[in-house]
Amino acid sequence: MKNFVINPVLNKEFKLRFRSFKSFLGILFYLLALGLIIVGFVFIESLSNTTGFFKPDQSRTIFIMLSFLQLALILFITPGLTAGVISSERERQTLNILLTTTQSSASIVLSKLISSLSYLLLLIVASLPLYSFVFLFGGISPGQVLITISFYMFTMLVFGSLGVLFSTLIRKTIVSMVTTYGVTLFLAGGTAFLTIIFMQFANRYGYSATPSTNPLPYFTAMLNPAIILFSTFEPDFIRELTTNTGIKFPLWISYLISYTVIFIAAILLSIKKLRPNMKKG
Amino acid sequence: MIEIIDLSKRYGNFTALNSLNLQIEKGSVFGFVGQNGAGKSTTFSILATLLAPTSGTAYINGYNIQKEPKMVRRQLGYMPDFFGVYDQLKAIEYLHFYGASYGIPLAEREKLIPQLLDLVNLAHKKDSYVDLLSRGMKQRLCLARSLIHDPEVLILDEPASGLDPRARVEMREILKELKNMGKTILISSHILPELAEMCDTIGIIDQGKLVAEGSVTEIQAQLKGERLIIVKTYRDIEKGVSFFEDDPNVSKLKIGDEEQTLRFVYKGSDQEQSVLLKKAIINDIAITSFSEIETDLEDVFMEITKGVELS
Repeated sequence: MKNFVINPVLNKEFKLRFRSFKSFLGILFYLLALGLIIVGFVFIESLSNTTGFFKPDQSRTIFIMLSFLQLALILFITPGLTAGVISSERERQTLNILLTTTQSSASIVLSKLISSLSYLLLLIVASLPLYSFVFLFGGISPGQVLITISFYMFTMLVFGSLGVLFSTLIRKTIVSMVTTYGVTLFLAGGTAFLTIIFMQFANRYGYSATPSTNPLPYFTAMLNPAIILFSTFEPDFIRELTTNTGIKFPLWISYLISYTVIFIAAILLSIKKLRPNMKKG
Repeated sequence: MIEIIDLSKRYGNFTALNSLNLQIEKGSVFGFVGQNGAGKSTTFSILATLLAPTSGTAYINGYNIQKEPKMVRRQLGYMPDFFGVYDQLKAIEYLHFYGASYGIPLAEREKLIPQLLDLVNLAHKKDSYVDLLSRGMKQRLCLARSLIHDPEVLILDEPASGLDPRARVEMREILKELKNMGKTILISSHILPELAEMCDTIGIIDQGKLVAEGSVTEIQAQLKGERLIIVKTYRDIEKGVSFFEDDPNVSKLKIGDEEQTLRFVYKGSDQEQSVLLKKAIINDIAITSFSEIETDLEDVFMEITKGVELS
């Protein structure tokens, strides 16, 4: 554990990432944009309201909106931060030297993943005071905020591990980026689209004396982070899905299991493929 | 010590390395000479555990590159022909990073890094950002990096390539010092005379095959079958031409660019060469100088690789 905490790749990556002034400008602009959205929303809602007050249910709406905004940010930024971590070292011709050191492949891959996600984590942590605006008006419990933050961290790790995997397998950063964005788009958008299509099928052909069930929407929904996030806010949505699919197993647990499997598989494959298998020519 | 046994590397139909066998003794400096694409960097990459061989194997200090790659990395300091550096990292931080990557504790690195920077004459640049250093300085820093874990074996792929003459001299001096420190060094270079000066043994590789191996003098002796002779006279050069032309071992005779000088290729033995000189003096050829042009390593390399291409 001590070796991991004082890991040289992690230390170096932190140093390089946070030494750059651009990183801090990024945080500044992100917080400014988020702040403007919150203040603008509160202002417009207060104006449109006859009483001139900002109500708790409106506060809940703003929290949901912010949560989806942050999720979109995570899904957009994570591939950009991770899909070049190994391939860019290869392109810069620094990877060969790194691989001749005695550092283990696991240590290099995990350090690269954690260091690249640390910036995103900093963005999320830095935005927490803005979230606290919501508490001023009520409507959201601290537990709900904690669940959302934990969900973000888990989702970041999984999508980040996919970025690291493609970066390890694909030599060119640009190709790795396109592949990671493609997979992210499928998991975030494609699975939602498929869920809707499958649910439509179930609705159209499912009305009979004994309601028929179609399990397919469940399997696509359990892979979609936006649906999972939405389900934490609107449990009724899940009830409908359960009725249609006939699967009562909690959707968020299926998400946790399937994404944990993806994460472990991606990390193990990255570790295996980072160095050549010296026994096979 | 480095031992390479029947090492081959193929990419589809292309053979980059063809049953290479080589043994480099502990503490010796071996120069690897070859044209671009001859297989030098492929050999180095396999030894550095960066590339898996198609067949054959190699040992570094007794550790097998395929079975014990981690132990091999501990024994080995590797400097590739092309390498990049991290932006926004200072020279001292660069060395600390690699030192930590080899698991060297901070306290030890604090002592070691100034010594290494001194060795490569970069102590005054320790706080400079690596990407702002000149190419020669980056090469020297990379060499210091490859020494950070005090490896017994050094693999240096073209360490002097792209350097200006001054930087080359500096690099050569550092390598001499490493040789004196008793490191086993495998080095490739295109600057062949420099290799001749530094190496105990050289190997000439062509099309993935080792075509000649031995000390510089041994390899030069392989070409002794034919030698270039220059004769200077102070008068009657035509008389000299007709005398030497008659000898069956003389060929390609021509009058040299300098006045009263002739040059020819002689394929006789040392004894026959001595008799030829004696006869020339008896025949009143006014010789002031009779000398053999020393073949340098560059000539040897050109000659040997030309032969391989022809075969």
